[in-house]
Amino acid sequence: MKLSYYPGCTLKTSAKNLEKSAFAIMEKLGHEMVEMEDWTCCGVVSSLTDDDLMHHLAPLRNLIHVEDAGDEQVITLCDMCYNTLKQTNLRVKEKPDDLETLNLFMDRENDYKGTVKVVHFLEFLRDEVGFDVLKKMVKNPLKGVKIMPYYGCMLLRPREVAIDDAEEPTILKDLLNALGAEVIDNPFKIECCGSYHTIQQKELVMNRAYRITNFAIERGSDAIVLSCPLCRFNLDVRGKEAEKIYKSYKQVPVYYYTQLIAVALGLDPEYCGFDDHAVDPTLLLKKKGVFEK
Amino acid sequence: MTKKLEGNVDIEALKLKKGDLVKEVEELCGENLFGCYQCGTCSAGCPFIEDMDLSPDEVIRYIILDRKEVLNSKTIWLCASCFTCAERCPRDINITKIMEALRQIILRKKIDRTDLTEITKDEKETIPQLAFVSLFRKNIG
Ligand code: SF4
Ligand code: SF4
Ligand code: SF4
Ligand code: SF4
Repeated sequence: MKLSYYPGCTLKTSAKNLEKSAFAIMEKLGHEMVEMEDWTCCGVVSSLTDDDLMHHLAPLRNLIHVEDAGDEQVITLCDMCYNTLKQTNLRVKEKPDDLETLNLFMDRENDYKGTVKVVHFLEFLRDEVGFDVLKKMVKNPLKGVKIMPYYGCMLLRPREVAIDDAEEPTILKDLLNALGAEVIDNPFKIECCGSYHTIQQKELVMNRAYRITNFAIERGSDAIVLSCPLCRFNLDVRGKEAEKIYKSYKQVPVYYYTQLIAVALGLDPEYCGFDDHAVDPTLLLKKKGVFEK
Repeated sequence: MTKKLEGNVDIEALKLKKGDLVKEVEELCGENLFGCYQCGTCSAGCPFIEDMDLSPDEVIRYIILDRKEVLNSKTIWLCASCFTCAERCPRDINITKIMEALRQIILRKKIDRTDLTEITKDEKETIPQLAFVSLFRKNIG
């Protein structure tokens, strides 16, 4: 079965490695994931004022394109796209009047019938593939690598769109276990990394990154795993910059879960785009002997 | 208790009627602010609390008391819509939406918080795209 994929702009620019590793995994699993046609930016953040229907237009237009292509679900890789598309999808299902209004604005598109399911890639791997299946395919177990899962916000909140428990999520932990890594827990795993403040309030985000990661380091973590391109930038790049403020602090590598899966499945590291990180993610994997098997 | 708030919004110019702030906020976000019993759960879990001049529960009290200087608090711009407070409020009040309503009251009067010319070329080339779209959505009307 062909699976429809919605990339969003960040996956096409600063998070190409997330996309590339995800596609490599899907190929290995024997699934055909195809980029949907005619997508546009979803607007990243969901409309939070009740009268602001305008900002639901972009997400809805994308959902209509999926529906018109005959697909029942659309897979996203970016946490923020996932959240935004799903919130709009919910809103139009809960408020048919709003959907009617929004449909009026669609010139080229058909009316939305509400048949599309928005699915995060991580959720797809858990529910459609199964972590136990991944586990059986592992060639290079991440043995002895201590990793802290970091969830951030958009996979967990608001509750209506969450892919896991909002306070005690386990999806990344379960995945890491399947890949053979050692999981380090950290109460900061569900706290916001500072998000878009990374543009105008860098120090604030450096501080967030330091607080989140340092706690993990103190508990013995060698690395962090996460899913959102903005979280990656904030924890990796701003975290690295925080070394200048906190003298004894040493930034650990930050991985996308897709990169760790690709490595564990023995796929060519080329697919992981490790060059695009502030802290070289390959050193730890070499040190722990994951790569050399 | 009066706090000095940093903002630069001329509250008079917003032309909000006396006693209207809570109505305006409730209309924008659909939340019932009077349901808040000031337990402080929202503030306790907010990741930006240390940098805020008003805590989220204070923001709610200010709105109810029609203290329009809340529109000049740092807090409403620091809030990054992480939904933690909304998730945890025992009264099921969506504070995330209340913060957005306050920002919108200002932005809809064509007062922007972010000056695009301040963003450098280097920042544009290195920071992920979704950060910019979020920032513009949150800080520009
Ligand atoms: S949320 Fe981000 S990555 Fe997704 S489409 Fe919008 S700007 Fe692009
Ligand atoms: S932690 Fe920050 S970047 Fe990550 S999902 Fe939350 S708001 Fe977005
Ligand atoms: S958590 Fe809810 S009830 Fe408690 S202070 Fe905050 S808004 Fe009010
Ligand atoms: S949504 Fe805003 S106010 Fe609420 S916890 Fe997050 S940053 Fe704080």
